Amino acid sequence: MISTATLAQAGKQQGAALLRFVAILILALLVFAIVLLIFGKNPIQAYIDIFTSTIGSSYGWSEVLVKVIPLVLCATAVLLPARIGLVNVGGEGQLYIGALVASWGALALADVLPGFLGLPTIILLGFIGGGLWAAIPAVLRAMGWLNETISTLLLNYVAILLVDYFVFGPLRDPSSANFPQSEPFPDAFRLPFLGSTRIHFGLIIATVVIAALYFVLNRTRWGYEMRAIGGNPNASRRHGMPISRYIIIIMFIAGGLAGLAGMGETMAIQGRLRPGFSPDYGYVGFLISWLAMHDPIGVVLMSFLIAIIALGGDTLQITQSMPFSSVNVLMSIILFIVLAKFSFGDIFKFFKKKEEATS
Amino acid sequence: MTTSFIQGVLTGSIQSSTSVLYAALGEVIVERAGVINLGVEGSMLMGAVSGFMVTQQTGSAGLGIIVAALIAGLFNLILAYLVVTRKANQLASGLALMFCGLGLSALIGKPYVGQMINGLDPLPVPVLSQIPFIGPVLFNYDFLIYMMVPLAVLVWWVLFKTRWGLSLRAVGEDPTVAFAAGLRPKLIQYQAIFIGGLFAGLGGAHLSLAYAQTWSEGMTSGRGFIAVALVIFASWNPLKAVGGALLFGGALAFQLQLQARGADISPFLLDMIPYLLTLGVLLFMRNRKNAMPEGLKAVFEGTS
Repeated sequence: MISTATLAQAGKQQGAALLRFVAILILALLVFAIVLLIFGKNPIQAYIDIFTSTIGSSYGWSEVLVKVIPLVLCATAVLLPARIGLVNVGGEGQLYIGALVASWGALALADVLPGFLGLPTIILLGFIGGGLWAAIPAVLRAMGWLNETISTLLLNYVAILLVDYFVFGPLRDPSSANFPQSEPFPDAFRLPFLGSTRIHFGLIIATVVIAALYFVLNRTRWGYEMRAIGGNPNASRRHGMPISRYIIIIMFIAGGLAGLAGMGETMAIQGRLRPGFSPDYGYVGFLISWLAMHDPIGVVLMSFLIAIIALGGDTLQITQSMPFSSVNVLMSIILFIVLAKFSFGDIFKFFKKKEEATS
Repeated sequence: MTTSFIQGVLTGSIQSSTSVLYAALGEVIVERAGVINLGVEGSMLMGAVSGFMVTQQTGSAGLGIIVAALIAGLFNLILAYLVVTRKANQLASGLALMFCGLGLSALIGKPYVGQMINGLDPLPVPVLSQIPFIGPVLFNYDFLIYMMVPLAVLVWWVLFKTRWGLSLRAVGEDPTVAFAAGLRPKLIQYQAIFIGGLFAGLGGAHLSLAYAQTWSEGMTSGRGFIAVALVIFASWNPLKAVGGALLFGGALAFQLQLQARGADISPFLLDMIPYLLTLGVLLFMRNRKNAMPEGLKAVFEGTS
């Protein structure tokens, strides 16, 4: 039983973590402001542009949510394996294969399946596609043959090329001569949108995934066993925990989650399968999971932050005529500060040292 | 198969593998010191953009190359500080470095998009370049291409035949033992990461000054990641990296030549070959003496 005292303790810790994060964010915004000044841009105007265009209007908020969906899913694809000590750098590839398999299903099964089965079919296929792609490195790792970090990374390129192959080849729409893309998906095989926004069914999927992860990781025996395996695999093996089975199942689910992200992007946003449709969602998801220290709730918060920054890039391109990817600098500054694990203590020490040096 | 086809494939593979090989040579040094830099892409872009700017401003491609290497080397020190001094996770730090380079190079290079330069021109070797077939395939390239093999040999020699190389590899195997043996692991890792950046900068410079002779945002298009894969493929050996780079470049050149001749084979399937080969090599060599530096294993196993 969890006592109220530990709950209060946990609340305090979360409060401290939040305070720390706000400090990091302010520091990052200051550093990026200096970068902007160096390049002759007005940082205050840039920040006003970024925030008004994203969280300043209901349309802005809806676009943030659209971006949050794939980011959350790709981050959970990293979070889950990380809990048992696995490093999944393959979210990008799993995302592409999920999209590919779902697209294939939508195009091949449209005439066979009744319409009401469209939605469950593409969701299932997206999940299975990404999951199987991640199962390859999982099996190699479980057999003790090949480390998953390298194999997931290498399989990303193969996955992206495989999608290229299908989009330029077997799945290519003959009527779109100049654009390599698949035929448009039939309506029954597209994710429904919320009203007139671009927010799609993926939001519900992502919410369910986060809730389920939170529950499983914190409240079930599986979550407990995963923590044990992640903490000490050898001891867990001696206690008879089926580590190989955990590796394969967890990686399958993780890949499936990234696959759902890809499925959502193609079946809702794009409406066709197109080559290179992901702006590095898989890699950004990896970083989000790290920023959030592999915590489901943290992943949601970080995804919102990164989504706002990424969308801000579009805005700055228009208002400040800055290249779209310049916001990557702001993102990386936040990452650098978090990765370097700066604390208030460090800053305090720094100034103290300076005082000592001057006195 | 005509001779012009073979000639096209050979020259094409040499030209397109240069930037990747330079980056890979740098990455061999970094990884031999027990650090993996997933952000090579970012370092290459910083080199490509700074080299292009300097060449455009001064008209000197030589100066451009030097500045490109230095800027990328200095840029890599961000990674060194994070992973060596602050002991941050290497994979996440590398990816963060990649995004930083992607954004920063785009920001710096914005005014230079679409500009023309007098880039790095080919220097045909007198007489030899006139030999049919052999001439154009071997003796009609720019300076950085001629330097490819000599530099690979130099890196091999430094890593395996010098005291510094031995120290570096000792640090890559186990920093604690190296420290106990009187070495300074942190200093050596800083040096390795800086030198890795120099090489990545040269790779980037070849891309913007010789191969494309323009600057465009994100022009490395994954070459930095290919370099990381190539290092694994070459089992952390600079000489094997040369062969590997030619294979990677060869797949690209082969499909370009096939396409130019209207052949009906998907270029994308050909492009997969290097990655699948790397996976295959890793799988089949798993029982042999493993070449991976011990220090890297901890990174890959998520314990570092």
